[in-house]
Amino acid sequence: MSDTKKKAGAAGLFTKLMRNQIFIPLAALLLLVIVNLIAGPSFFKITLGANNAGNMILSGYPITILDFGSELAILALGMTLVTAASGGQDISVGAAMAIAGSVILRVLCGNAGSHPETMQAPIIVAFLAGCVVAMLFGAFNGILVAYFKIQPMVATLILYTAGRSIAAWINNNELPIIKEPEFGYFGGFIPGIPIPTPIFIAAACMIVMALVLKFTTLGLYTQSVGINEKSARLNGLNPTFIKFLSFVILGLCVAVAGFIKVSRLSTINYSVIAKDIEMDAILAVALGGNALSGGKFSMVASILGAYVIQFLTQTLYRFKVSSDALPAYKAVVVIILVVASAPTVREKVSSMWKSRKVHAKEVG
Amino acid sequence: MKKRIMGLALGVITAAAFGMTVNADELIKVGIINNDPNESGYRTANVKDLEQAFSEENGFEAQTFYSLDNGEQIDAAKKFIQDGVDYLLLSAAETTGWDSVLQDAQTEGIDVILFDRTIDADESLYVASVVSDMAQEGQTAVDWLAGQGLDEYNIIHIQGVMGSAAQVGRTGALDEKVAAEDTWNIVTQQTAEWNAEKAQQIVQSVIDSGEEFNVIYAENDDMAKGAVAALDAKGISHGVGKDVIVMGFDCNKWALEELLAGNWNYDGQCNPFQSEYLLDIINKLEAGEELEEKTIIMDEKGFDAETITEEDVETYGIGGGDTAEAETEVETTAAE
Repeated sequence: MSDTKKKAGAAGLFTKLMRNQIFIPLAALLLLVIVNLIAGPSFFKITLGANNAGNMILSGYPITILDFGSELAILALGMTLVTAASGGQDISVGAAMAIAGSVILRVLCGNAGSHPETMQAPIIVAFLAGCVVAMLFGAFNGILVAYFKIQPMVATLILYTAGRSIAAWINNNELPIIKEPEFGYFGGFIPGIPIPTPIFIAAACMIVMALVLKFTTLGLYTQSVGINEKSARLNGLNPTFIKFLSFVILGLCVAVAGFIKVSRLSTINYSVIAKDIEMDAILAVALGGNALSGGKFSMVASILGAYVIQFLTQTLYRFKVSSDALPAYKAVVVIILVVASAPTVREKVSSMWKSRKVHAKEVG
Repeated sequence: MKKRIMGLALGVITAAAFGMTVNADELIKVGIINNDPNESGYRTANVKDLEQAFSEENGFEAQTFYSLDNGEQIDAAKKFIQDGVDYLLLSAAETTGWDSVLQDAQTEGIDVILFDRTIDADESLYVASVVSDMAQEGQTAVDWLAGQGLDEYNIIHIQGVMGSAAQVGRTGALDEKVAAEDTWNIVTQQTAEWNAEKAQQIVQSVIDSGEEFNVIYAENDDMAKGAVAALDAKGISHGVGKDVIVMGFDCNKWALEELLAGNWNYDGQCNPFQSEYLLDIINKLEAGEELEEKTIIMDEKGFDAETITEEDVETYGIGGGDTAEAETEVETTAAE
């Protein structure tokens, strides 16, 4: 008797777990970990060593994944909000990152040409300028979507197409290089701290987002607008503004991610920087089991989704999948993950479990 | 009043007609179709070089169109043909789809000259093509590497966008050598799609795996830079007389400066300065001379960190305009 109860309890727990959005990205993460472990336990080896600047730093696969996954995780934060509120996605984030990065470098270069010996402005000023510009472009997208009711993917197509040219124009088509090592700290290491800085920046963004969601009504309002715009309005919310706001917040995320990107190599290449990152950001949201049509969302699941994508990329590099085949492998894995994490599939699977459970009870 | 205007108009028309037929000093009309200058530092230099060469002072009236989209380029070509240009200079975004528009050009008596990139069309449709031999660039680099006399070559090979002419050419020579020599091994061969940061991740991945390597063969400068960033983070020495040999392509000025400083070992040139070849062709055609060859392959160098001079950096380095002069040039480019 107690045995059947236990079984039913376990099944119930499983159903609950299956229902939880976090299940799929977590399962994917575990699977990747296992696959990598089988291939060799060295995967999780983290070593401390000196870099060429003479600082002690940690390195190893896990650090690399967290490091290079930072930009994507930050973008996933904003993309989740946009998806939830507007029921659509912003496909211009890669181009907008190029713009933000270009603005930052432009401010730092000032009038001293594109390869200045010293930075012409404090980094914080450049960063804030990048934030303002990226938020303005976010606002532009937001106005098209919220006020003119244009489908988000179409509205952001404008910036997607024009963004990289705008980025190039900001720097007169030059490819600036910042020579001072301080600028590289944000995409590399701060002397004396052995952990890559992007990891801290990403963590800070997540904490800020968590606090905002906890202490303000942003999350609740976003979900209500996404679930039913009309009833949200009848309940005294302003759906137009909430949608607009989500794009502006994404703009801020874009600026932070763009800042890390240009800091990594202290330079920019307009046509390839953050290329196709919008697809990965949308994928992160989808992998997190968030409905791409808007409504309820889980920020944690999106973040996990982002790191799963980076993990997958790194795994494919590790297994030395040939260059020609790389996109195909990625596509196959992505198809499986996205299908598995689709809300309809999850519902179906969990209802299947439920009926089995009921069936077991009847037999018992 | 009306008569006077008519007379004036008639006068203008006759003058124009005369100008076209009689006046030999008339500007030569060229239509230039190129890829987007934002594509890369190489392309920026290429576009700038052509714009400077085909200026009014040099006797040209140039119309330009820049796009990475083949369809848009074809539309622009049609427009240039309608405008009645004398020469159509073309660097096509894609190799296919050009037959009919080039046939139109031929019927209109417009000479088509290809530069930088070739297309899949019948040779009769163009009068000449000025190209880089990417396979030769790869061969020059591989020969240089072989000349380093290492006991063992363990190479991280970072490729460009798969299928692009530069990738195919620069990969080909290396693949051949690795297959032929026992001491040459590929540690990893991955595409970073010309992206510095992807290259950084690929090299980081090899470092994390703990595999030994002593050569980085990156198919452009940006990717070599990304690779070097990964080496720096792990404290692996690189450059002249160091643990890892770093090779790049395209000869960006900043990259040649890395060579000069001994941080990198080799940089292969991909010559963007094609205007002198084009001007030569047009001058010959204008003078009614025959062209000796249809396909003109440009001279391209490979620079060794041990022999490169500051003069080389100034002469062959692409972009990186620290000077005021370069700044203004770029501004006009951007304005267009």
